[in-house]
Amino acid sequence: MNVSYQWLKAFVPFDETPVQLRELLTAHVATVDELVALRQDLAPIVIARVVEEAPHPDSDHLHVTKVDAGTGTLLDVVCGAPNVTAGKVYPFAPTGTLMPNGLKIQKRKIRGAISDGMLCSARELGLGDEQDGILELDVDVPPGTPFLRALPVGDTQIVLDVGANRPDLLSHLGVAREVAAIARKSLSLPELAGAGEIALPGATRDPRAARASDVNVSVAEEGLVRRFMGVVIRGVRVGPSPDWLVKRLEAVGSRSINNIVDASNYVLHELGQPTHAFDLGKLAGPSIVVRRAQPGEKLVTLDGSERALNEEMIVIADAEKPQAVAGVMGGRDSEVTDATADIFLEVANFDPRRIRNARRALGMSSDASYRFERGVDVEIAPVALERVARLVVGLAGGHVDGAPVDLVYEPLAPRRIPLREKRVATLLGASVPADEIATLLGSVGFKVGHDLSVEIPSWRSDVAGEVDLIEEVARLRGYDSFPVELRPFRPTAVGDDPQWLTGRRVRDMLVGQGMIELRPMPFVAGGSDYVRVLNPLAENEAYLRRSVLESLARRAEHNLSRMEGNLRLFEIGSAFEPSKAELPAEELRVAALIMGRRAPAHFSDPKTPEFAAWINYGEWDAKALGRLIAATAYPGAAIDVTVTDTPEVLWDIRVDGKPTGTVRRVALDAPVWAASAFGVELSLGVLASGAVAPRGESAHRKFESARPVVTRYRELPTTPASEFDLALLVPEAVRAETVEAVMRRVSGRLLERVELFDRYVGSGVEAGHRSLAWRLTFRHAERTLRDREIETRRSDILRALADELNVRQRTG
Amino acid sequence: MNLDQYLSEAAAIEREGTAALSAATDVDALEAARVAFLGDRQGRLKSLQESLKVVSKEDKPAAGKRFNEARAHLQSLHDERKTVLGRARQVGAKEDLSLPERRAWKGAKHPVTLVIEEIEGIFRELGFTVAQGPEAETEWYNFGALNFPPNHPALDAHDTLYLEGGGLLRTHTSPVQVRTLQRYAPPIRVLIPGTVYRRDFFDASHAPAFAQIEGLCVDEGISFVDLKSTLNLFAERFFGASRTRFRPSFFPFTEPSAEMDVQCGICGGSGCPACKGTGWIEILGSGMVHPAVLEAAGLDPERYSGWAFGMGPARIAISRYGIPDIRILYDSDVRFLEQIAGPVLSGAEG
Ligand SMILES: [Zn+2]
Repeated sequence: MNVSYQWLKAFVPFDETPVQLRELLTAHVATVDELVALRQDLAPIVIARVVEEAPHPDSDHLHVTKVDAGTGTLLDVVCGAPNVTAGKVYPFAPTGTLMPNGLKIQKRKIRGAISDGMLCSARELGLGDEQDGILELDVDVPPGTPFLRALPVGDTQIVLDVGANRPDLLSHLGVAREVAAIARKSLSLPELAGAGEIALPGATRDPRAARASDVNVSVAEEGLVRRFMGVVIRGVRVGPSPDWLVKRLEAVGSRSINNIVDASNYVLHELGQPTHAFDLGKLAGPSIVVRRAQPGEKLVTLDGSERALNEEMIVIADAEKPQAVAGVMGGRDSEVTDATADIFLEVANFDPRRIRNARRALGMSSDASYRFERGVDVEIAPVALERVARLVVGLAGGHVDGAPVDLVYEPLAPRRIPLREKRVATLLGASVPADEIATLLGSVGFKVGHDLSVEIPSWRSDVAGEVDLIEEVARLRGYDSFPVELRPFRPTAVGDDPQWLTGRRVRDMLVGQGMIELRPMPFVAGGSDYVRVLNPLAENEAYLRRSVLESLARRAEHNLSRMEGNLRLFEIGSAFEPSKAELPAEELRVAALIMGRRAPAHFSDPKTPEFAAWINYGEWDAKALGRLIAATAYPGAAIDVTVTDTPEVLWDIRVDGKPTGTVRRVALDAPVWAASAFGVELSLGVLASGAVAPRGESAHRKFESARPVVTRYRELPTTPASEFDLALLVPEAVRAETVEAVMRRVSGRLLERVELFDRYVGSGVEAGHRSLAWRLTFRHAERTLRDREIETRRSDILRALADELNVRQRTG
Repeated sequence: MNLDQYLSEAAAIEREGTAALSAATDVDALEAARVAFLGDRQGRLKSLQESLKVVSKEDKPAAGKRFNEARAHLQSLHDERKTVLGRARQVGAKEDLSLPERRAWKGAKHPVTLVIEEIEGIFRELGFTVAQGPEAETEWYNFGALNFPPNHPALDAHDTLYLEGGGLLRTHTSPVQVRTLQRYAPPIRVLIPGTVYRRDFFDASHAPAFAQIEGLCVDEGISFVDLKSTLNLFAERFFGASRTRFRPSFFPFTEPSAEMDVQCGICGGSGCPACKGTGWIEILGSGMVHPAVLEAAGLDPERYSGWAFGMGPARIAISRYGIPDIRILYDSDVRFLEQIAGPVLSGAEG
């Protein structure tokens, strides 16, 4: 909302500068986003007094003068204006000033006389077209005072951030009301300069239809409009607006069009009431009907676009067709033009939701729709009608023909809300005496009765309950007036969300492992088995990811395109699956992607081919990472990393037997130099999205904190261990884990550890086999094992392996 | 050999031996020097000892004493040097120790996570715990329960991504307020970090998905003074802000609503481009929980009251780390993320 500082001053005689006003409005009303100084081209102009004046010796119309411009010395200035008079004050442009018309003032000789600066006319300052010489001023300020400070010709545009709850601030009247309250000054509606005196007959009221002059005005059905007023003005002369009006509109960022449209716009910004003038000569009937648009109807609006209308939109029609989209924009056919002689002036009040729907459906917005969407004071319509009519008659001539009509509207009993002084104190944390409450509320138009029963003014439809009044008290008193003192509080009944704790533990662990956390966008190209966004930002990212690893893969590609190939990426975030329930199934996941070097290069690194193969991350690192993540996320649970049969998935991660994650190769759109990529993805649990309780109800329960998982102390062995190695020829079809299972079963409880330490394929190993070597460690808790005990186990293992798996000891 | 000759020979051996032993910079050189001077076979002291035989009988005690002195001195010097050099060999004194160490990759938390964790840390000290909820939400939890009137201009600031088959992507973390209040009875002091979504095209300051962090405090007798004091303390701790200010604002789910600013750290409040000349930097939105929200969650607003706040960790991150474009946060360029996390060692960074 753009507000003119000078326009506000016409309502309230306040003394604050624009900067001071910004502070006050921001502290009590609404934030001022910006102050825009207008007419800054006049900033160099100062007030100067002509001290001496004499005719120029070599000219019959020039004058030589001595001018006091507050510089300490008198300046020689040659002036051509007939009205230059010693002792009077004028605007003065010192040497160096760039004038609004682009002329730069220079010190020069005019017919032999020095001229150091220029006394200015209104025209030269862009303040009007007067040709009567220089602008004689009636101000009592010392010479040298900036012209903009001495006279209200400049202005400051105040850009106010008005919340959706305060439509009353969408007018100068509304903002001025607040300024009057906080500056403790009186508020009055400004006189309309140049307005005509009219005798406006009392309006003809009816719920549905009435005549304004010869125009039949009607509302087709109930509920279309809250109030519909109109009046006929005949014999207007459409033309340019006077300077003061042009300036007012410019100050709020609006362009002057003609005197009729400008009168309507002026009142829109003054009172917040949109009005519309139809060219009566273009209206069939002549009649005005407020009705729903019919299917297939079209209208070319003022902006030149043809709009397809539907039955949900309200139109202002004549006897034949729509002439305006109600509350949004007028039609081009009945627009006021230079040829217009008679007008029908509409002043209406529409339902905010209907206007919002129409505005959205049409994809267009206007100053009118912006205000109607937020709610316009239904009581302001007659005031607006009278002021527009007076302005039109004053600026364009003509006369009001017949009584205005006033349809639908029925005055309502004022709303009252009881306010409790105690409640104010409880909610704000500081007591505010009842009489102070009454004064504060009264200052912005609330009528406060005894016992703080508050009557809500018609323009404050946002105030619906006691708490809204408490906010009024708080802001008018000033938020800064409330003390800052930390008061005792009871501890929260809710512990940390378990998934948050898990996520944090996993994140800390992964960062400790050298991994880098990403927070990418969760949108993907997707497909039929993905959750689709109905109104996506881009069609190639119209779906929600089903896997967090998917996002990491795309980010890995992004890094590869920047020549970064050593990647250790992870993310903790949501993944979504389509579901039959009200919402998609959502799961919190952790995913990690590794590729490239396992560590930065070091000069001591071996330079062997084996090392070259070793230094990049491989599937065994991914397997370890998967197990580590699972063990960190699910402490105390049984973690199994099992071989899968699907080609893309290397391992499933099972937590207490339940499939919870995977370790896989990641296919990337990668350059040739890129290493293989491996990924881990693990669920950290479902994000419950069902209703906690029915609407308006609670289902309170006690917070259950998770029991920490602890490992109990076991005595450390003091007896020595015995170990032996087994190098075995294992057929390719037999899995190492199967071999280990047999070893464990046969060995019994004394087997402490099984470690696979070598794998070899090549010469000396039978085809279809590989050589795997294990080290087995045995220990008895109480005594040293005898050689025979170990030997027996060794031969038992070998026999069982040979019998069951056809695995034999490797020889040679 | 007369005594003078013997004594000067002993002094020469002692001097040369001292020099040789001292000059040895490793154990091998020291051993060579030992063999040369203290050696049993061809050592210089051995031959000096041999020469005692040709010293006259009356000079023998003095010559013998001098011999013993020389031997004792060289022996003890040798032993001392051997200890020192032996220790030096263990730590590899021969290496050029200016060579770089072996490094491991350094991990990094995302800058937004760093901001969230810091905020979380401060509020934990004030008795807050963390609550969470789903990102795909119902219209009711996201809007209805939070007192958004249907089809109201307040929705304009929440341009929403809707999901096929129902639901929407939450536009703020506030639905978790309602879920928490429905699930647990007050006193409630929770912090709600999470990802939220708006139908905003990517640009230098907008992303369609971004982090938000909210706080909620509900109990009997909670007031606007509690809101101000707690958030003031937070600002002091987090921003080192000397001054804060609260100004009226509007959120459907709070009443009164307040925006909190901290004094601009760049200009100290006198006004500069960073604060658009106002001297203040907008930090968070806050307010007293609207009674309609408490009612939606099944709580009696006559008995309970509360306050809430919300802010954007990504916005804080870009100003704190001096990131010119918010897209950098989401691009996931590892060079950027490693940069913010800090270098492992000098020389590793270009
Ligand atoms: Zn600043």
